[in-house]
Amino acid sequence: MITVGARKAEPGPNGSRHEPAGGAMLGSPSNSDDVLVDCRSLWKIFGSRASAAMKAVQERGLGKTEVLKEFGCVVGVANATFSVRRGEIFCIMGLSGSGKSTLLRMLNRLVEPTSGEVFVKGRALSSLDAAALRELRARHVAMVFQSVALLPHRTVLENAAFGLEVRGVAKAERHRAAEEALRKVGLGDWLQRYPRELSGGMQQRVGLARALAVDPEIILMDEPFSALDPLIRRQLQDEFRQLTKDLGKSAVFITHDLDEAIRIGDRIAIMKDGAIIQIGTPEEIVLAPADDYVAKFVAGISRLHLVKAHSVMVPVERFRAERPDVDPRRLVTTTPDADIDRLIDLILADPAPGIAVVEAGRLVGVVTVRSLLLGLKGSPTPELAPV
Amino acid sequence: MTAPFSPGSWLAPLVGWLNTNFHPFFESVSVTVDAVVEGVRAALLLPPAPIFVALVAGAAGFFLGWRLALLAVAALGFCGLVDLWEESMETLALVTVSVAVAVAIAVPFGILAARRRRFEAALRPVLDVMQTVPPWVYLIPAVIFFGLGQVPAIVATIVYGIPPMLRLTTLGFKQVPEDLVELGRAIGAPPRAILLKIEFPSALPTLLVGLNQCILLSLAMVVLAGLVGAGGLGAEVTRGLTRMELGLGLRAGLAIVAVAILLDRLSRAVLRRGRAASVG
Ligand SMILES: Nc1ncnc2c1ncn2[C@@H]1O[C@H](COP(=O)(O)OP(=O)(O)OP(=O)(O)O)[C@@H](O)[C@H]1O
Ligand SMILES: [Mg+2]
Repeated sequence: MITVGARKAEPGPNGSRHEPAGGAMLGSPSNSDDVLVDCRSLWKIFGSRASAAMKAVQERGLGKTEVLKEFGCVVGVANATFSVRRGEIFCIMGLSGSGKSTLLRMLNRLVEPTSGEVFVKGRALSSLDAAALRELRARHVAMVFQSVALLPHRTVLENAAFGLEVRGVAKAERHRAAEEALRKVGLGDWLQRYPRELSGGMQQRVGLARALAVDPEIILMDEPFSALDPLIRRQLQDEFRQLTKDLGKSAVFITHDLDEAIRIGDRIAIMKDGAIIQIGTPEEIVLAPADDYVAKFVAGISRLHLVKAHSVMVPVERFRAERPDVDPRRLVTTTPDADIDRLIDLILADPAPGIAVVEAGRLVGVVTVRSLLLGLKGSPTPELAPV
Repeated sequence: MTAPFSPGSWLAPLVGWLNTNFHPFFESVSVTVDAVVEGVRAALLLPPAPIFVALVAGAAGFFLGWRLALLAVAALGFCGLVDLWEESMETLALVTVSVAVAVAIAVPFGILAARRRRFEAALRPVLDVMQTVPPWVYLIPAVIFFGLGQVPAIVATIVYGIPPMLRLTTLGFKQVPEDLVELGRAIGAPPRAILLKIEFPSALPTLLVGLNQCILLSLAMVVLAGLVGAGGLGAEVTRGLTRMELGLGLRAGLAIVAVAILLDRLSRAVLRRGRAASVG
């Protein structure tokens, strides 16, 4: 099992995992090739009068309840715009009915958007004919379901090979690929068993292996771990993150659990009533919730591993001005991405009035007991408070 | 005496018209069906009775267990012992052909009904009529079109066997888990693969229930069709009835029971295996 602290330290393919809050884009890719999925103003309205309702929404700016009253249509997703970069795990978090599944299914066009466009690897999904769409789903965009959806009359191996089978890959070849995928998820010894012989967690691993077997670039996951008990769930979360990073896959991961989103995601989008109300890194979401709704979610989240030294340090000049008696260069040093847990250990071990934050040999700030406590409490702007 | 309302009075001209204008069509159907049934009958009678019994028992024992092998020996053995072997095989041939055609018609329509609600709604009253009209009423137009013999028997049997198979096909396909079909779409499976590799296996247990009902109803109808000159056990029962020969009627009747039990148990055993397969 991978501990949270350890995995946060590993750099993702986009460079360091958490950059200073503020920049909405993380590790900003230089060319557009790095954007695998690009969604622009996606809407999904369910109902027989969806297009009329869509028009009214665009012209008169109707809200979800008005659309329901006036047209009898349900707004599933409202104006969602985001992109997923290569190697990124993008979480979509929201309560039941907030439109997560609908949004996810528009990414492989299982659900047809009412308006807006999805680009996968630069190609507009609406421009694909049935065969091209099947090709895309078979090779590039795999999916894992909450219900797992294993075929009961097939063995674990045959289930994992199913994606390749319907694509017409020869038996030996697809079984080889499926076996390899099953080994990756730790089920190498279960090839000839049937799904009913497996526990829920193992079944979900088969679902993941089935997705991995086709070697897709993007994996869409619809609450894959929601039905599992907490212990297995955490284990699978960590394994999943590790595996995805090791294999260099991208993933869009849906969850209704912010803890899970923080544990797994490089970035998180928070949905409410079909709309995305905030997108950011876990740190950004926790430290700077966009509104009260997000703030309520964030309230219970432990900051120990999430908030880093660079978010709680005070600038060197201010420290110098307020504590002229201390030379910051003589303090114990740490790096900007040391988490609060680590900072507490350092402060407890050393009676000095602060910890110097050093990046590439340069002193960039100082963490004091006070700034640390403020950060822990959730005030994101320790600079404003006295040292 | 004429009834105040007689659908027959306006159906009869239609039947007559069809018969005059489409006679070549009915004729060719008649010839084809006759040939096929004769072929199946000849095939069933090709091996000597004991060898046939051994073959069936062996297959039943291998695939379905020794109890069914025993049952096959008992049921078929009885048919031979009462000296109605040929008639039994003839009945089996009629049932086989009828069921095959009924299934071939019912399954695609059943699948279509599972997918199109309107089609299902339109089909329902037709099926209700097909199932509730007393079966020998079918025999009348069948005889008008195809004359006496085994062809009208088969046609009437097919009509009678279609509804249960069709209804259960629709039910089976409607019961296919939504998430499995979505899986098929999400992995880019072509519609054919979704049908054959996901929907069909999921619906199989229900389809086999339909098959079981179809077989038994067809058997009942084929026997009834002895009235219009279809051969087999039904003809023996009819002969026993018309000549008031209790002995013959009883022998034929018991042979029918033996065949019915055998077909029912065999198809049920296949169904059990199908169920077991579909849950893993
Ligand atoms: N096929 C459909 N027809 C009509 N309304 C739908 C359909 N699918 C979803 N909806 C509606 O769209 C809204 C969003 O549904 P969606 O399933 O995307 O939510 P979700 O966030 O995935 O919820 P959950 O956490 O319960 O899975 C809901 O109000 C739902 O009732
Ligand atoms: Mg959902």
